[in-house]
Amino acid sequence: MGESKYLFVEHERPFKYEEDGLNVTRGSAWSGPGCHLGCGVLLYTDAEGKLVKVEGDPENPYNQGRLCPRCLALPEVTNHEDRLKYPMKRAKEDRGQNKWTRITWDEAFDTIERELKDIKQKYGPETVLFMQGTGRDIAPYITRLCWSYGSPNFSLFLSGAACYVPRVIGLAGTFGAFLVPDCSQVHPDRYDNPEYVIPEVIFVWGNNCVVSNSDGFFGHWVVDLMQRGSKIVVIDPRVTWLSSRAALHLRVRPGTDAALALGMLNVIISEELYDYDFVDKWCYGFDELAQRVKEYPVEKVAEITWIPEEKIVAAARMLATSKPAALQWGVAVDMTKEAIPAGQSISTLFAITGNIEVPGGMIVPPEILKYVGGWGKDLLPDDAYTKRIGQDRYPLFASEAQPDCIVEQLETSEPYKIRAAWIQTSNFLACMAADPQRLFNAMKDLDFIAYVDIFMTPTAMALADIVLPAATYPERNGIRLGDGAQRGETINKVTSIGECKSDMEINLELGRRLNPEAWPWDTVEEMFTFLLQDDTGMTFEELQEQAPAYPPFQYRRHEKGLLRKDGQLGFNTATGRIELWSTFYSNVGLDPLPYFEEPTPGPGSTPELLEEYPLVLTTGARNWSMFHSEHRQIKRMRALHPDPIVEVNPKTLEKFGIADGGYVWVENQYGRAKRKVRATEAVDERMCSTDHAWWLPEGDPDKLYSVFDLNINNLVQWSPGKSGFGSNYKTALCRIYPVNESE
Amino acid sequence: MANLGMLLDYEWCTGCHSCEIACQMEHGFPVGKTGISVHTIGPWEIEPDSWQLDNIAIPTKQCNACVDRLAKGKLAACEHHCQAKCLHIGDMDELADSLKEKPRQALYHLT
Repeated sequence: MGESKYLFVEHERPFKYEEDGLNVTRGSAWSGPGCHLGCGVLLYTDAEGKLVKVEGDPENPYNQGRLCPRCLALPEVTNHEDRLKYPMKRAKEDRGQNKWTRITWDEAFDTIERELKDIKQKYGPETVLFMQGTGRDIAPYITRLCWSYGSPNFSLFLSGAACYVPRVIGLAGTFGAFLVPDCSQVHPDRYDNPEYVIPEVIFVWGNNCVVSNSDGFFGHWVVDLMQRGSKIVVIDPRVTWLSSRAALHLRVRPGTDAALALGMLNVIISEELYDYDFVDKWCYGFDELAQRVKEYPVEKVAEITWIPEEKIVAAARMLATSKPAALQWGVAVDMTKEAIPAGQSISTLFAITGNIEVPGGMIVPPEILKYVGGWGKDLLPDDAYTKRIGQDRYPLFASEAQPDCIVEQLETSEPYKIRAAWIQTSNFLACMAADPQRLFNAMKDLDFIAYVDIFMTPTAMALADIVLPAATYPERNGIRLGDGAQRGETINKVTSIGECKSDMEINLELGRRLNPEAWPWDTVEEMFTFLLQDDTGMTFEELQEQAPAYPPFQYRRHEKGLLRKDGQLGFNTATGRIELWSTFYSNVGLDPLPYFEEPTPGPGSTPELLEEYPLVLTTGARNWSMFHSEHRQIKRMRALHPDPIVEVNPKTLEKFGIADGGYVWVENQYGRAKRKVRATEAVDERMCSTDHAWWLPEGDPDKLYSVFDLNINNLVQWSPGKSGFGSNYKTALCRIYPVNESE
Repeated sequence: MANLGMLLDYEWCTGCHSCEIACQMEHGFPVGKTGISVHTIGPWEIEPDSWQLDNIAIPTKQCNACVDRLAKGKLAACEHHCQAKCLHIGDMDELADSLKEKPRQALYHLT
């Protein structure tokens, strides 16, 4: 092993051992099935190599032995009888019909290689899209595949890339780096670390984190900290378990978070509660910010956000007077059209109160591999880069093609016709796509579509010509270098199902066929070692034994010249300071200061629609047992959440004469989706809340498993913010009415 | 072995169902049967800014306190995986002392 300053935990046993006749393998849970986190797991296999049990690894500081229901039930996913087990093909004219033929991997790879080379030669590589789903383990490999093939068009079918990326890009543009709340996750000794400080207050903003476990953040860390004395302030339209234990609960109208943050900034600045020294030394553009927030007096903000004035003031004062204060925020910030200024407003609160790079505040997460931005962009020729879709309209998009522009180009073929799509780990017709029927129509006549997943999905059934069976995480080797604070973790193969291959094996094999020079590795393990070795000094095999490996960490890196490549003090921005007035946004013609714009449609922007569509709709409520469109066929998980639910206040139900427990259509001017009603005081009388990503694996494949009846995104439009980031997934208007018995 | 109990600090139980699923997987229970079951009481508003919303896990007749795991020095499957670390199985007398120390807890006498 090379010399390394990495920190490790002590292991009682090697990473593979025997226990009561079963083989146990220690490793990381990444994914699918399941979420972004990468918890430490112990995988139990029997003598035949079948996965029989999963336990949380008590030695892993990340989750400290704990696991959520999804990883506990992992054997029922990996061993499920409906898994895709071998490659299949289907004639193009049979798209949408359950008419598949089993083929060999050789035939599958030969066909894909032939089609992609043929299209490249005839029309150019940019005419092939490379689309992924939510960013879990796939991002480095699919980006390399896309760019080494010569296409600049890697992306995801999510309007405004409205998940995580807007906050990451936004913070890169203002702070020079992403920030995460310091819950001691960077220290192997966690809460006992002598430098660590328990946050006095944690703002949980647009994120039901104990359920969602998003962005590499183990949600129950907030509970750990509450048990150790942290107060919480919850910004959420719904009453949740967290809000019921909060010092303050701000029941914000969906989509108005920016207004709330600007109102709080107004209070903190006008009452001179900000950290004068920090602002003076490390921030740029404070006077302009102070001028801007005058446009957001508390009484106006109260009217916009539905939050009483006294609560806005109390939250602002609490933030300014609590040291340290941390922010755990979520996708609700991204899933509003003007996501960039929303994220800018919220993060600015933590800058001017001096909570950056301090223990228990907001820290720049250590990274071993840059997670957002892809791997191997240098492989793409300069002339190919100019053909990236949406690049002229939305210069803030630095790596991926802009999703809304892709949909437009699929329809118009301007400036060039898109010919094919490589789709990996993305069931977008059930999950992330806005207006899924529009996208289906735009996609259905492409020349060629290849698709990789662990189960058959409505998206594959609707569109694919070739389906490749992907491994779940216990069937593969891998490294966990993802979102949040990175640590060196390995995913370790313990079992095999059918002919499934891992996403990385599939990408390596296809990459070697399409551009062998860009893929010089014989095995995925060699590729992982290549990715790891520079930073960690370890091979993949060494890391398997040693993981988790914690990169050395220091606080207050801006005071030590550790945040900039040039070694200068300060932050990695043009001015070297946190830019409250962003030169980055200004340079691309965007407003350099944060602002609020009413979501549209909405009660503030289109009051004339309220008569027909009287309720504010918010979507994407998370539940314990399902990750996005996964787990619907896992009976034990489905039993915890059997139906798509819309939560409505009992008084609202009474007003519209709708029965609790009945089925309704949730409908607006764009479309409708079927839901079961749950009456609850948890939501305001003026709104309703629903979960997302529904389809019925038990349904009819030829009807695409009822996806177009159930997909709540029937009510959501492809409609990004001015920067190209953000979209109104979490804010729309709707009405609800009972479903007829015949429907 | 001494009398075994289960102490649940329901101030912190988030209702995540990890105890339930861990128990079912450990003991091979079919879907719908379990050694521990999580129930939610609420939400309802008691007065402005005060809500009733608690989760409580209740052991069933099929809970055997994971005595085989305890004998090997492991935690019971539910306690091992409890995400809020608010559930403990142990000696009844010791848990009864802990019960007195803090309100909003419940103690079950298992065996």
